[in-house]
Formats: sequence, structure tokens, C-alpha cells
Amino acid sequence: MTDPAAGSKPQRSRPDKTMSMREAIAAHVTDGATVALEGFTHLIPTAAGHEIIRQGRSDLTIARMTADVVTDQLIAGDCVRRLISSFVGNSTAGSLGELRRRIESGELRFEEYSHHGMICRYLAGAQRLPFYPLRSYAGSDIPSVNPDIRKVTSPYPASDGGAEQIYVVPPLNPDVTIVQAQRADRFGNAQIWGLTGIQAEAVYAAQRAIVVVEEIVADEVVRSDPNRTAIPAHAVDAVVECPGGAHPAFVQGYYDRDGEFYREWSRISGDPERLRDWLDEWVRGTEDHHEYLAKLGTQHWDLLAAGEAWSEPVNYGRRL
Amino acid sequence: MSTADSSGATSSELLAAVASRELAGANTVFAGIGLPTLAVSLAQLTVAPEVEIVYESGVCGAHPARLPETIADSVLITDSEAVLPMTALFGYVLQGGRIDVGFLGAAQIDRFGNLNSSVIGDWHSPDVRLPGSGGAMEVMANSGEVFVVMRRHDPRSFVAELDFCTSPGPDRALADGIRPRGAGVTRVITELGILARGGVGEELELVAIHPGVTVEQVRARTGWDLRVAEDLTTIPAPTDPELHRLREEVDPHRVYLR
Repeated sequence: MTDPAAGSKPQRSRPDKTMSMREAIAAHVTDGATVALEGFTHLIPTAAGHEIIRQGRSDLTIARMTADVVTDQLIAGDCVRRLISSFVGNSTAGSLGELRRRIESGELRFEEYSHHGMICRYLAGAQRLPFYPLRSYAGSDIPSVNPDIRKVTSPYPASDGGAEQIYVVPPLNPDVTIVQAQRADRFGNAQIWGLTGIQAEAVYAAQRAIVVVEEIVADEVVRSDPNRTAIPAHAVDAVVECPGGAHPAFVQGYYDRDGEFYREWSRISGDPERLRDWLDEWVRGTEDHHEYLAKLGTQHWDLLAAGEAWSEPVNYGRRL
Repeated sequence: MSTADSSGATSSELLAAVASRELAGANTVFAGIGLPTLAVSLAQLTVAPEVEIVYESGVCGAHPARLPETIADSVLITDSEAVLPMTALFGYVLQGGRIDVGFLGAAQIDRFGNLNSSVIGDWHSPDVRLPGSGGAMEVMANSGEVFVVMRRHDPRSFVAELDFCTSPGPDRALADGIRPRGAGVTRVITELGILARGGVGEELELVAIHPGVTVEQVRARTGWDLRVAEDLTTIPAPTDPELHRLREEVDPHRVYLR
């Protein structure tokens, strides 16, 4: 073995995890699986959702804190049997037509949580804990319709010396978590800036993880700023380069939110026939996300362009 | 909405101005987009210059170049002082008890300030499925107090009994055997006036009305037998400086002011 002090280090052979979106979904998302799609308004894995629809996956359980347009599309694409979520609305832009119709008709099984309930489920999942306590749900009707939210007595006395009761939620361990990031290296070290949401916890909670990025960058780029790596390679199974993959959501520093599309979605999804036509044209009728973007057109894309606002570099230092 | 009073203020301007005055003394406010943001931004220019807004997306100390369209708008992130992950925002900031005032809205509110944002009708086969809690339950459970701004004041929203309780106030928490941290809803600001309650065990009562509104009108548009404070006051109409700041400094592009 090489003496580490000698200066020439042995080259480890590490797996290159880059693959196409088609390969990643085919390899890691199976019928009946529990799939977490996370990204809090920012970095929503829309393109991955579209590929799941194209490949005709069914009976999925979808976990997503803010079930939004991509969730509505997956439901309309007949991919979803059960939804675990803490907010089922189209942001400030209106409502989700298909999700509403299927919950109101009882076709879609819905497990309702609050945001912190979902966060604690991912935290328990990531740490392989049996449950996670939180100061929510006391007096709420949600535990009466979601028996997985349970009240326990703390083994420790409260500050007044008395017994303390607290609600707990069970771990969430998705079969696969899909998240987006701005950039990653070929091994899967994924860097996120701006809103970092619950992506890291959702990835660590899962059996497998797919990270979709705007760009795959050289190893040195990631290593120049290791604190920005939100998800390290050891937690990642597939890295997919898919520019524009979050549309209509935004990616900080890359492109802005397509507010007009969100507003339009309320009208599209409000009409089942129009929604089916939209899926046939924009998702099933396109080969991949590249074709979807081409169909959207460069003129439309230019309207979403992000201007520049660079951070000051920091000095990590090196031993002299 | 049309002009609401003799000052020439619209309903949005009226609600934002009145809500902003209630923020005197607050340090840290948890606010959503829309009227709450307008109210806090105006308070920063008037009664509470030091007040900090924390957004549900994790942004603290935002200095947006434009008025944000969502709580996670990219303009909130650029130039902000801190962006926290969800675990820190909900775990350390909210559950850790760092929020003085939380702003919430809801489809239904009852006399104790319990809120429904989940369903109209039965949860299992709802007439209308609404978005649900989001972080509202946590804002209610962990903020020092909660302000509710309701554009519409009518018996469909101000109900004797909620169809479903999404975000419970402290009285329901106590009944469930858990000691609440905060006071729950202490102010409800509407187009008709202000309802207030002090904390555990107290009902919302009408404490102030807008000029030109009568007590009978408010009671008729409230779904329970609304108590009226002995020292009921009339809310001063938005002042010219308040309106000027709202229109020229807070929302010059009329994103939310209607």
C-alpha cells in the first residue's frame, strides 16, 4: 500500500451513478412502491413525476408535504393509490382539480398530516427510530381520521413534576425518494442553495434515492464548497442531469417560478377532459423532458430567466 | 372589494392597516403571503420598526427587491439574512417557542378561535376538500398568540361548530390532556371589526367596529351568539400616512392591495 505520507494517494474506483431519467425511473420506481417526492415550492421534481406517468407506474403511495401540480398530474395519470401529505393545494394559485375530485369521491386514500408531522415522520425514518414526538395535534380532529398519529405518556416528568402526554408520529421509510438539486458530481454529492426544505431527511429516510440536477459538475466544483452539499453521495443511488426539470417550480439562480402555469393549472385540472388531453399532449405525447421543454418554447423559457446575484466566496483554508 | 370607508381605503388597505397597529411590541412574526405580509411590512414602517418576519419556507430577515408572490418566492431568498431547512424552522423556531405572533387564515373559525382548513362537510366524504393544515397547526400550537385575518365575515366562516378542527386552540388542547404553550387566537380582524380573546377559557368577543358598521350587523353575520365588549370602540380609519406608505412603499405595484 502507498504510504499516505508519501503524497501520492491511491485512486479509489467509485461508481459513476449518472443515468438518464428513463433509466432511473425504470430501475428504482416499481408498481406499488412508496415514493417520496420532496421540494418545498423550490426544486420540485416535476420531470421525474412526468417520467413516472410515461412509464405507466401504478398503485403508488406518494408522500409529499406540499402536494401540488405534479401530484395532481400523477393522480390524473392513474399512478397513485394513496397520498400522504400535509398540504393539498395549488399554492396561492387555486386548487388541484383531480386530487379534489378523487378525495371528494373517496377514490383516493388520503393520510392527512400537518407539516411538522411530515417532517417528524422523515426524521424518524432517516434515523430508523420507532416514532418521533411533537407538540402538535393536541385537540385536533386529525388523529381521529389518522390512527397512525398517537398519544403517549412521556417517560419523564413535565416541568411541573406531573405526567406529560405528547403525540407521536411513525417513521416514514419510502422505497424511493426523488429530489432535485442545483448540481451534483457524478457520484451523487448533491449541492442545494436557497430553500433546502426537507430533501436531505427524505433521502436518508428512503431505501433508495434519485437526485435530479440542473447540471452535473466536475468533482472539484463540489469539493470547492463542501458545506453546500446537502446530500452526500453515500445516500444516493442515481444522479440524473435534467435541466429545467422543476418547471413550473423554480430553481434558485437558474430559473424562476412559472406563476402563469400554476394559475392555468386550476383551469386545466378543473375539467377532467381538458386534463386528460393535457397529459396526452404534454407528458405522454413527449419523449422526455427535453422534448417537453422544446414544446414549451425558448420564448416562454426566456420569461423565467433568473438574473445574477452571486455569493461572496469563503476561504476554507489549507495547511501551510 | 369596493371602498370600505370614508377615508377612501379599500377593504385590503383597511385590513392591513388595522392588523399592522396590533403588531406594536411584537418581535418575531410568522406570516404568510398577502394581507399578513402587508400588515407586517407596514408595521415595520410604523409601530414596530424592529419586527422580523419569519416565512414558512424557512426565510428569516428577508429584504425582497419585489413583493413576493408566494412564501417561497425566489425574491425572498436573494438578499435575505438566513434560510433555514424545514427541520430548523418547525423544530427550533416554531416548536422552540421563538415566534411571538403567528398569522393564520381559515375556512371556518369558532368562538374559541379553533380553525378548520381541511374540509367542508364530513372528512371521509367531503363536500369540499380544502388544502389542510400546512404549518397552521404548528403556528397555532407554538406561537405566543395568533392573529387571524378574514376577508369575509359571514355565518359560513364564523360558525357555532366547525365541520372539522384542523388547528386547535388551547382549550381543545387542554381537553385532550395536553397543556398548551400559547394563547391561541387573540385577534380576528375582519371587514366589519375586531374580535378578541385573552387566552384559555375565553370566548372571542367584539371589541371594535369599523366606522359605519353596527353591532347588529356583526352579530347577524356571526354564526354564534357573539358577545360584545362593554368598552366597544370604533376603529380609527386608516390614516393618510398609513395609506401613503401602503400604496407607495409596501405594495406600489398593487400585488395584493385591491
